[in-house]
Amino acid sequence: MKVVILGCGRLGAYLALRLAGLGHHVTVIDQDPAAFARLGDDFPGRTVVGTGIDEEVLRRAGVAEADAFIAVTNWDNTNVMAAQVAREILGVPRAICRLYDPLRDEFYRSLGLETVCPTLWGAQRIEEILYGSATAAE
Amino acid sequence: MYIVVVGGGKVGYYLTKSLLEQGHEVLVIEKDPRRQTILSQELGSMVLGGDGCEVAVMEQAGFGRADVVIAVTGDDEDNLVICQVAKGRFHVGRTIARINNPRNEKIFRRLGIDVTVSSTEVILSQIEQLLPFESLVHLLTLRNVGISFVELEVPAGSPAIGRPLKSLGIPDDCIFPLLIREGKEAIIPYGETTLQPGDHVIAVTSEGSESTLRRILQG
Repeated sequence: MKVVILGCGRLGAYLALRLAGLGHHVTVIDQDPAAFARLGDDFPGRTVVGTGIDEEVLRRAGVAEADAFIAVTNWDNTNVMAAQVAREILGVPRAICRLYDPLRDEFYRSLGLETVCPTLWGAQRIEEILYGSATAAE
Repeated sequence: MYIVVVGGGKVGYYLTKSLLEQGHEVLVIEKDPRRQTILSQELGSMVLGGDGCEVAVMEQAGFGRADVVIAVTGDDEDNLVICQVAKGRFHVGRTIARINNPRNEKIFRRLGIDVTVSSTEVILSQIEQLLPFESLVHLLTLRNVGISFVELEVPAGSPAIGRPLKSLGIPDDCIFPLLIREGKEAIIPYGETTLQPGDHVIAVTSEGSESTLRRILQG
């Protein structure tokens, strides 16, 4: 698979290394070239410097030919816009974006975007642990 | 009308003031506390502090009863999200977004924003009209139908000079309603009309045919 990842932070870099390790062709976009240091020296994929809400940058990174686009910058609105440009304008079959805000997550999921909300997941998991251990203590 | 303006920078501030003067009920949302203090001193209770991209702040601002939401922050992605949520979740009748990167105009339209205003493009078209070296000037653009009124000058070496218009291979989605000769004579051209150096051609054209027109008339 050809995968383009927007945002080379903790999640973006970790995901890029994992997917590349599985043999996928990975391209990572970040506006700060220093962020690519997180990928280490042996990263086999491509890196592109630029902002992810610029159609030109997404094209340069090969989003139009990619099988999947993943937007994981730290800014919800950037992710949501980039994912929509990738899907609606560049026609990528899968566009997944991370949204920290559960309300925005709910809204954009209702519009048909594939979203991941770590706030919601984190809260649910913490509740599980909490109630799980509380039950155990009783 | 109840109008919510998101973003209290220079554009948001003057916009809010003008809309208030026109007698509308207006609220401006600003997230920077310092900026918000300055705005409050000028506009009083018309200012709401908070991030206008947050659904909770939108609720507080009364998006549900807003007739128009205008997003004029300096970030295109924020303006997009504000307008999409306003429309999709709060069913606001009309959403207007400011765009900073002119290329985003097409994208915003595809993503369902009613109206976009690009300050870059407005300034650019003003400059085009003022500077003599721009070979194709946009006089008026009808965005919804993708048609522009443009003005082109026929330069001295143009391959179109001396040939009847009908033989130039002008695209089908393009007509010439007017020709201005020597800056003073208005000519309604027809198929047999021939161009002279220095003529100004006013054309109605689709966006896609602009470059073809330029090539035909200017070489």
